[in-house]
Amino acid sequence: MTFSDWLRQDRLPHIWCAGCGNGTIVNCTLAAVDEMGWKKEETIFVSGIGCSSRAPGYISTDSLHTTHGRALAFATGVKMAKPEFNVVVFTGDGDLAAIGGNHFIHAARRNIDLTVVCMNNQIYGMTGGQGSPTTPCGALSTTTPYGSAEPTFDLCDLAIAAGANYVSRWTSYHVKELTKAVRAGLETPGFSFIEALVQCPTNYGRRNKFKQVEDHVEYLKAHSLLKERRDILLERGEPVPPDMFVVGELMRRSRPAMGVRR
Amino acid sequence: MTRVEFWQGNIACAEGALAAGCRFFGGYPITPSTEIAEHMAAKLPKVTGTFIQMEDEIASMASIIGASWTGERAMTATSGPGFSLMMENIGFAAMTETPCVIVNVQRGGPSTGQPTMAAQGDMLQCRFGSHGDYSAIALAPSSVQEMYTLTAKAFNLADKYRVPVFVMADEIIGHMRERIEVPDKVAIVPRRLAEPGTTPFQPGEGDIPAFPVFGAGHAVHVTGLTHDERGYPCATNPSLHSDLVMRLVRKIEQANREIADYEIVNPDAEKVFVAYGAPVRTVQQVLVDHPDEKIGFLRLRTVWPFPDFAVREFRNAEAFFFPELNLGQMARELERHVKVPVITLPKLGGDLHTPDELYRALEAAK
Repeated sequence: MTFSDWLRQDRLPHIWCAGCGNGTIVNCTLAAVDEMGWKKEETIFVSGIGCSSRAPGYISTDSLHTTHGRALAFATGVKMAKPEFNVVVFTGDGDLAAIGGNHFIHAARRNIDLTVVCMNNQIYGMTGGQGSPTTPCGALSTTTPYGSAEPTFDLCDLAIAAGANYVSRWTSYHVKELTKAVRAGLETPGFSFIEALVQCPTNYGRRNKFKQVEDHVEYLKAHSLLKERRDILLERGEPVPPDMFVVGELMRRSRPAMGVRR
Repeated sequence: MTRVEFWQGNIACAEGALAAGCRFFGGYPITPSTEIAEHMAAKLPKVTGTFIQMEDEIASMASIIGASWTGERAMTATSGPGFSLMMENIGFAAMTETPCVIVNVQRGGPSTGQPTMAAQGDMLQCRFGSHGDYSAIALAPSSVQEMYTLTAKAFNLADKYRVPVFVMADEIIGHMRERIEVPDKVAIVPRRLAEPGTTPFQPGEGDIPAFPVFGAGHAVHVTGLTHDERGYPCATNPSLHSDLVMRLVRKIEQANREIADYEIVNPDAEKVFVAYGAPVRTVQQVLVDHPDEKIGFLRLRTVWPFPDFAVREFRNAEAFFFPELNLGQMARELERHVKVPVITLPKLGGDLHTPDELYRALEAAK
């Protein structure tokens, strides 16, 4: 099989805008799932509400498209009731870090055997471009018309601090690295968190000086700082550029996990 | 064969659930329901079940829905403040036709109110509390015995009608201890599972779709969005939405007589008490103190759907007297179904009505 064998063909085309990065992340995730050799009937996709959360509707397995922010709580029920299922969660920055923040840290604390792929477009896309907990300070959105005045959440730091066994961050530019990261997450028992920064041309890019989709993807690429490079900077006591974000494998450990296949 | 125990209502509730095959409990501690979670935490691991204490009641409700889709009988238990938090995902369960059981050991509200005192203030919330139109089933135990039997029954109803079922207890019934006869086993009517290759949300007998359990190859997509019979989102088609919601309501309302569980005392009476939950006990005492065929009693075990036809069995009724531990929530429903006066006998604060209070209300209406 390939990733496309996992798509629910009769539901296509999808609802995402032209130039949206979400499709890339779904492709990477399904490619990783396909590499695992999992059976479709043993694999469950769960999501909350938002653009990213529409993904399970396009995948030909059992899937739960739940309420806003609650995907991890539903997934916890599925996985704890039937540990033999492989459970993958799609979520977004608003779904996971705002309304679902409590479920996020507790699922990571329990280190429950889920793989969570967060499509972080730094905006509420589905509702038309409102500021989210990851909207960069100064960025424009419909609810931050004078620039966001709030500090942001670092989702990976949150996952690590709360106890996740595996944490990686990549972007929609880094498809190979992202696919490998999802694969590593799927293979790791316990809570795996993979953040993928994605472009949202419709509701983020056009208000924030990314006139073309590729401008935003180029920005994501240019502002990605490899973890290894960041570590060298820190070692030398050199400053880490404040406008860059760290990508790579940020945590891999084997804390005791819940809901692991018996 | 039965065995006799001396149990607290909340323990009987948990035991009834276990006897009915409940194998997943997701919950959050809250007075006066906590003993149910504690008992499930102790007992479920011994029967290869799963207990999980979630981070809040929103997550508790979500977890039992997730568990239910794997085919398990799943429940949670809470009280008013937690019940309010569950409303979001109760609507999801109604929309996605997910069988699950929610026990609400009611306490005084609004807000934090009276954590250790009884009330029946959530009777409309359990029927109408989540947004949009839907229907649900609610049972109201009035003894420790009924905490056991009605909780067990709730699972059968949930599976049969694919709907959230509420066990609307109260602090008095949850915390009192009394004699209970525990049967060797309870009747279990399993969920009707979908055959391979069937359309996942195509209604079958009674307008109820068979259940396409996860892991059986159905590749079912479950969404809270308005969906077609394949389960696919279809949220802007007016007639499809209307048909779906009408069916969700109809599958329960048209089964009212089948779901109904009630007792009638003195059907020719002129003055008729109606009660459910703890106030049932006071009415029973009035009937013992004043044996009189002119005093009738409709004792409800099913509260929703409201068994309106049962009320009409009192052909000579001149007035209905409805003691409730709220300001007349179910009395409002009763008023819709009768032409004679409905006299609400509200009681707030946590105390039961006394038998004298109820009898005086009858006398005053002369």
